[in-house]
Amino acid sequence: MLGGRAIKPVLDVTDLRTVFHTQDGTVHAVNGISFYLEEGELLSVVGESGSGKSVTMMSLLKLLPIPPAEIVAGTVEFDGNDLLKLEPEALRQVRGGDIGFIFQDPMTSLNPVFKVGFQIMEPLKEHLGLSEKEARKRAVELLELVGIPSASDRLDDYPHQFSGGMRQRVMIAIALACDPKILIADEPTTALDVTIQAQIIELVKKLRQKLGMAIVWITHDLGVAAGISDRIMVMYAGFVVEHAKVKDLYKRPLHPYTRALLATLPTDDEEGEDRLKSISGLPPALHEYPNSCPFAPRCEHAFDRCQKENPLLMEMGDGHQVACWWDVEKGAPR
Amino acid sequence: MLNYTLRRLLFAIPTLLVISFIIFVILDLAPGDPTGQLPLTIPAEVRAKIRESLGVGEPIHIAYFKWVRGFFVYEPLYWLDQIGITIGDPSERARIISYATRGPVFDLILERIPQTLWVVGLSYVFGILIALPIGVISAYKQYSWFDQLGTFISMVGFSVPTFFTGLLMIVIFSVQLGWFPSVYDTTLDVNSWDTFILQVKQMVMPVAVLALYNASQISRFMRASMLDNLTQDYVRTARAKGMSEKVVVLTHVLRNSLIPVVTVIALGVPTIFSGAIITEQIFRVNGLGQLLIIGIQGSDFPLVQTLTFIFAILIVLFNLIADVIYGILDPRIRYD
Ligand SMILES: Nc1ncnc2c1ncn2[C@@H]1O[C@H](COP(=O)(O)OP(=O)(O)OP(=O)(O)O)[C@@H](O)[C@H]1O
Ligand code: SF4
Ligand SMILES: [Mg+2]
Repeated sequence: MLGGRAIKPVLDVTDLRTVFHTQDGTVHAVNGISFYLEEGELLSVVGESGSGKSVTMMSLLKLLPIPPAEIVAGTVEFDGNDLLKLEPEALRQVRGGDIGFIFQDPMTSLNPVFKVGFQIMEPLKEHLGLSEKEARKRAVELLELVGIPSASDRLDDYPHQFSGGMRQRVMIAIALACDPKILIADEPTTALDVTIQAQIIELVKKLRQKLGMAIVWITHDLGVAAGISDRIMVMYAGFVVEHAKVKDLYKRPLHPYTRALLATLPTDDEEGEDRLKSISGLPPALHEYPNSCPFAPRCEHAFDRCQKENPLLMEMGDGHQVACWWDVEKGAPR
Repeated sequence: MLNYTLRRLLFAIPTLLVISFIIFVILDLAPGDPTGQLPLTIPAEVRAKIRESLGVGEPIHIAYFKWVRGFFVYEPLYWLDQIGITIGDPSERARIISYATRGPVFDLILERIPQTLWVVGLSYVFGILIALPIGVISAYKQYSWFDQLGTFISMVGFSVPTFFTGLLMIVIFSVQLGWFPSVYDTTLDVNSWDTFILQVKQMVMPVAVLALYNASQISRFMRASMLDNLTQDYVRTARAKGMSEKVVVLTHVLRNSLIPVVTVIALGVPTIFSGAIITEQIFRVNGLGQLLIIGIQGSDFPLVQTLTFIFAILIVLFNLIADVIYGILDPRIRYD
């Protein structure tokens, strides 16, 4: 259903839906998301806080707390299997083996009471069946790969002996330990300060060239996404609202939300934090499945159809998709 | 760590001296006459003689000095002597003497320690062994029937006092069913299979009562600590690495959750020696708790002073041990 696709993707997600059953009712966090990932490419997922980026990616490997979470629909095709239907044991082999994960906060993502070396060696022994000695050797290589100096000494250090940026490098080493086909990075730089952010992004770029895995890069920051991605998927309220190759998206943003996000980026002649604008209004609470456009309350183009029907993704040519009733280029309804 | 431990030990000495003096003053203020329990037919002059020979009524600083000398110098020397190392002249040493038995206080205490350690200590060990798995499973299966049942039982075990559960057990298992003896026979000499069975039987109820109480507390701690850790980010990381649930829970989560629990367990050890007073009374286990009660009733100040002070030492010591264990278990803690 997605156009412009030559080779079979490594990951193909169709109509993924995830809800949370909470005391205040059901939260519809992910509402029918489809996307694919081709070998070696980098897909960025952008959207405000709460738009469902993390829940989408964690649903793929069932890394959510189930319950309260429930994956109510969808297929996640990987390596000829639907990951959502795999037995727990088989899914475990995919986690950390074929698909590596990096999380937002490196300060809390490592276990404080185990040595870093132990934590890197765990998946090596589990998935590759390496002996203690082999795993140790590989762990040193991995730490060198992610740019940690005097790697072999640092294996016996505890996480608190590393800085935030170094810990995120350790997390990357863990995620890459078993040569995954896919790396999912959930806002890996958000918790770090700016210079460290840039270093981590450089590192990922370099590793991607060297190792050739496909990457899903979750971020708030369209600016960062522009620099590293092949394609971008914009999410809002648990929906994909726009999806395009990176050049198309910046040249020809079609969704009012994407346009608003781009408008918040600082331009070249402006500098500093105070230049950052934000989109007024808040994302909706997702307590019921919407039957209007979820962006309507904040949208400058909203018109009567937007209140009655939720737009689904429409193909605009060359794989560029948008979910909006308003044609911003013509300035008229579609 | 070693430095820290030594420093703490050095600090403990003045602390303990102050504690011992406070205990001494409080006991000195307490009304009571060690001859009060003697038969009424004994005339007043004789009583006065007895008091004098016991050293009652000496000025407090002299009495305190004698006790300190007894506790810190003569008693250690005496016990060294017993293991064959003689320093100085043994005949000149005045050991701490009980008012009631006229025998050395330490001999009394040593007689009582085995009973207390067997009954109370074993119940502590059982309590821990029961509590840890219950706490882990309750947390992992939060709100399951297992957790609900565990919560209910520990609520009961924790809130119902041991004298009540103890009496209830005696009524049911001794009086009604006749399974276990209601009185603990200290003179029982375990030398055959039959006497061993008898010993086990008489230990079942006091151990069960105390184990229930200990297990209730510790399992709550364990559960809370597990729940704290189960939602941590590092748990998600362990799952994302593809580790099995067993490794995630029993290695990653348990290792972190045990840190506060082990500390609490270490802090609770002194209560083995002092805290089972009531249970020992109910089941007539003549352990240290009961010895203390007898000492208080008989105004046997040297005994009470010495026992109380030993409890104080244990509390200070196990506080230190708890801190050291914490430092060993949690690599983030550095004491130097
Ligand atoms: N454990 C949970 N229980 C209930 N609701 C949850 C839970 N986890 C996430 N949600 C809801 O799911 C929605 C999507 O959350 P998600 O974490 O995917 O957002 P996100 O796009 O990753 O945001 P951020 O940029 O802040 O990480 C949010 O509305 C959130 O409230
Ligand atoms: S569908 Fe309507 S409300 Fe929604 S983004 Fe488009 S114009 Fe705005
Ligand atoms: Mg997120």
